[in-house]
Amino acid sequence: MSSVATPAPAPRRRRRRRTKLQRRQTRLAWLLLVPSLAIVALVAAYPLAKTIYQSFTNQQFLAGLEPTKWIGLENYRTVWHDPAWKHAVILTLKFTVITVSFEFLLGLIIALVVNSKFRGRGVMRAVMLVPWAIPTVVAAQMWKWMLDDTFGVVNDFGVRAHLIAHSHAWISNPSTSLGSACAVDIWKTTPFVALLLLAGLQVIPQDLYEAADVDGASKLQQFWRITLPLLKPAILVTLVFRTLDALRVFDIFYVFFGNRLDTQTMAIYIQSTIVGDGNVGLGAAASIFMFLIIALFVVIYVTFMRVNEE
Amino acid sequence: MSTAAEGARTVARPASRAVRLRRNPVGRLLWKLPFWILVALIFIYALFPFYWVLRSAFTPEVQLFNTPISYFPHHPTLENFREVLTSSFFRRALLNSTIVAGSVTLISLAVGSVAAYALGRFRFRGKSAVLYAMLSMTIFPQIAILGALYTMFTGFHIAGPIDFPKLYDTPWALIFSYLIFTLPFTVWVLTGFMRALPADLEEAAYVDGATPLQVFYKVLLPLIAPGLVTTGLLAFIAAWNEFLFAQSFIQSQNHYTVPVAILTFQGASGNAFQTPWGQIMAATVVVTVPLIAATLLLQKRILAGLTAGAVKG
Repeated sequence: MSSVATPAPAPRRRRRRRTKLQRRQTRLAWLLLVPSLAIVALVAAYPLAKTIYQSFTNQQFLAGLEPTKWIGLENYRTVWHDPAWKHAVILTLKFTVITVSFEFLLGLIIALVVNSKFRGRGVMRAVMLVPWAIPTVVAAQMWKWMLDDTFGVVNDFGVRAHLIAHSHAWISNPSTSLGSACAVDIWKTTPFVALLLLAGLQVIPQDLYEAADVDGASKLQQFWRITLPLLKPAILVTLVFRTLDALRVFDIFYVFFGNRLDTQTMAIYIQSTIVGDGNVGLGAAASIFMFLIIALFVVIYVTFMRVNEE
Repeated sequence: MSTAAEGARTVARPASRAVRLRRNPVGRLLWKLPFWILVALIFIYALFPFYWVLRSAFTPEVQLFNTPISYFPHHPTLENFREVLTSSFFRRALLNSTIVAGSVTLISLAVGSVAAYALGRFRFRGKSAVLYAMLSMTIFPQIAILGALYTMFTGFHIAGPIDFPKLYDTPWALIFSYLIFTLPFTVWVLTGFMRALPADLEEAAYVDGATPLQVFYKVLLPLIAPGLVTTGLLAFIAAWNEFLFAQSFIQSQNHYTVPVAILTFQGASGNAFQTPWGQIMAATVVVTVPLIAATLLLQKRILAGLTAGAVKG
């Protein structure tokens, strides 16, 4: 402002030219994004909108059985008062709490072990990818066979090692069925959790530990004062991913129990309502409830992260 | 970060007993022993179930149902594998899974790499919004849209002469619905790879008069080829393993994918009373060994790809 003499038009023209180039770039970028956005809109956004709409109707899979009409909150009321849904929600929450905490604790131990220098470390990391690469359905089948009441290795080994007095029907017995489902998930996912935490561990600068060593801090002190605080971002992200995954568990319970009523998770309840009963409207309402529960967890985690950042 | 370092520094102390213990050879062995036991436990925990699959697959069906059970196949046989691989039901499922997972992977890579080019190499308003949308899509609960997809796939009227095709009980239903999780994931990870490339190469190409599209497929695409392989493998594994949609949208046996087939497997010698576990375990080996081999082969890259999708999120 003070120097009126400076050639003002030149920079302005240059800026305009840059914006023109920028506008062209923006146009091209959006053009490149069109296919992806179109697919996402078609396979996700539209179905989601349709689900919300269906949850207010009596939509049946076999159309023509009865005309589809708007029934307001009727579906939501039905699901809300359905003891089977309540049971499914509680069971899913139990499963989530058990698996996520075990996977986190075991995963952290494994990550710390694999992070230290020893011969065969590369082999261990490769080994940890094996459970991850096995399809969940297949993993569940493997464990179903291992947990077999007469020919299963778990019973055989347990009896031989005097860990259990006699063979158990782990999967069909209601008191151990949730535990056996958790065991599969923990086996399959713990190594993956460990790998995520390991990635977080490797980012921690080594000189912090060297400095702590010089100052004579014990390994335990180093863990509580250096490792854990600096690992917090990786821990939180891992917990978010695992929690969201556990809340929508379907495969393991389906393989283990089919449609057994006392072992329905939220996803099984929804799937059997929609595909089994053909009651699409009711299933859609349950889906929205499930969506809200998952969203609630996301909000809790995000606020927790925010609080921690401050 | 500073608090952690300061915290560690304030607790200065003379060499602890543990450090003294580690200074003599016997002590060092004692010190290391729990560590190696832990390593061995982790090793067994991760691999024993898979060993058990191998053991059951190579054990003759009759001996599988003998008690006490043996921990090693004393008379190893390939009979279970032969049964599985000659069963047209299972071969059909392998083919279906390959077609579905292969198509989903190719579509995701083709469409996703173009989007990643835009998101990784251009500056424009709305970019972070698109990126966040893609990230949130990767944690999207697929079950939430099950009902909508279910009714969509039975075909419906869009407008005028255009109808949505009837996809129910065809591989197309799976290819269509699997894009929900493979495409956003592919876009997200490839964007990371695109962003990591240096700017000079691209600039040199522009100076030589290349168009943006030429820059894309002649300069950038070859450079991120390793990333494409990794991302493709991860997308392939995700599609290969998917079960919820496959179980819901496929009705006829000759359209079954591998997970559904493994679940409903009734071998030639199987009957209503006895599940043919030997053959199921052989099928398990056939299905998982290629995945495990590919995973181990690309181990380092997969780790990078997975953690790019998660830790940097």
